[in-house]
Amino acid sequence: MLRRGDSDPETLSVSVQVLTLSLRRSNHCSLVRSMAPASCALCQNAKAILKRPKTGQQICKDCFFYVFETEVHHTILESSLFKPGDRVAIGASGGKDSTVLAYVMKTLNDRYNYALELFLLSIDEGITGYRDDSLETVKRNQQQYDMPLKILSYDELYGWTMDAIVSQIGKKNNCTFCGVFRRQALDRGAATLNVDHIVTGHNADDIAETVLMNIMRGDIARLGRCTMICTQGEDTIKRSKPFKYAYEKEIVMYAYFKKLDYFSTECIYSPDAYRGHARAFLKDLEAARPSAIIDIIHSGEAFEVREEVKATQKAQQTCIRCGYMSSNELCKACTLLEGLERGMANSVITDRARKKINALGPAPDSLRTIPHYRSPLPVVSVEAPSHS
Amino acid sequence: MSSDTLSLKIEFGGGLELLFSNQRIHNISIPASVPLDNSITSADSIPPADVKQADVTFLMHYLRETLLTERPELFIDNGTVRPGILVLINDTDWELEGEGEYVLKDKDEIVFISTLHGG
Repeated sequence: MLRRGDSDPETLSVSVQVLTLSLRRSNHCSLVRSMAPASCALCQNAKAILKRPKTGQQICKDCFFYVFETEVHHTILESSLFKPGDRVAIGASGGKDSTVLAYVMKTLNDRYNYALELFLLSIDEGITGYRDDSLETVKRNQQQYDMPLKILSYDELYGWTMDAIVSQIGKKNNCTFCGVFRRQALDRGAATLNVDHIVTGHNADDIAETVLMNIMRGDIARLGRCTMICTQGEDTIKRSKPFKYAYEKEIVMYAYFKKLDYFSTECIYSPDAYRGHARAFLKDLEAARPSAIIDIIHSGEAFEVREEVKATQKAQQTCIRCGYMSSNELCKACTLLEGLERGMANSVITDRARKKINALGPAPDSLRTIPHYRSPLPVVSVEAPSHS
Repeated sequence: MSSDTLSLKIEFGGGLELLFSNQRIHNISIPASVPLDNSITSADSIPPADVKQADVTFLMHYLRETLLTERPELFIDNGTVRPGILVLINDTDWELEGEGEYVLKDKDEIVFISTLHGG
């Protein structure tokens, strides 16, 4: 049984596993709906306030906080995500997942002496009425959690806000621009903070969704990678997802019961429609069988991707224009930016269109480019704090 | 009995408030006895066999008919809340309280939170 204050990682990991196993079993017999207020399945004392989707177990508020945090801790330990002295940036959007992630990272860092230096890193895409409001939430989080905050905007990095991009290209492909630009902006923001690691709030539902999408698109190479908790290219900063096994329902419940301050509005530009379908489908599956989410992640992990398929990924090189890693001469962000600057943004989405733009001759010198990317130097000397 | 009313505090969160005039908290009164088919007509005028005590399923239909201002399909789907919306009854997961069949009491607090918005 889990006890609060139990801090020996080994004991903890064993007990969490036992817990999960015993709960899985009880899940199958919990079809009978109990109407009487149940007492907590863990402490047997307090009134249960939550039915855990992962396990079907009914638990009280304090035990919920404890198991939620402990499972994230366990995920972090099992994957050896951090080492003492690591500088870690939390990708913070002001939304529920990253707000809860910042809170839980701070809690665990204090409770288990991870000895991490934590930062908040936000990307300002320049979406009026959406990101400007959510950044206010991040600024409050900075005060509440007492962490340094770095905000990097598309405008300062690329010279284009999403508002300006959408006014040029319309709403159809704007998510492509936003996705490519955000990925690179996060890396560049992290480089200026000189961090070793970026953690993001992607949760179990997000990952299950991505598994489904990769199956539906036949993207087997990505399918093999999308369930990895930590990704690291040769030149990239480590990225990981400590909430890989955390259900969205529990993240939202955690935020609700802890009264965390988060921002929840859909992006005003067309959301990723394909992901929307995957999400609706997944939520229907979850309603019928809550373990579906973790089961799909498990399926994704169990796929063995043949080496030939993995090899279809192009070798990584460095973008000749901005120095960011790329699988082509020009990185995706530079390609998209060139399209915007030359007023042909819609034609840079596909390879065929790319050839058309190349046929127009080389990019003019006056073209706005992205500042040269310098991958962060390894931290020279870290005074390793004693790790107990 | 049918003239009794229940005072309820309704709260919307996680972006769901946007469907309800962007107002998070609504204090409402509903009849204690309601039509079995969840319509919002008075239960006085219908046979007792077609009347039930007001439950959360009725409340959802009542909210859709009276307070919801846009995109009803984002709130109710197939007679229940759309998957991805969490419901709390007096700060307890409604899955522990019988979900839609929970019979409402005076002064109950019901919270609806969308999990579908933003990360």
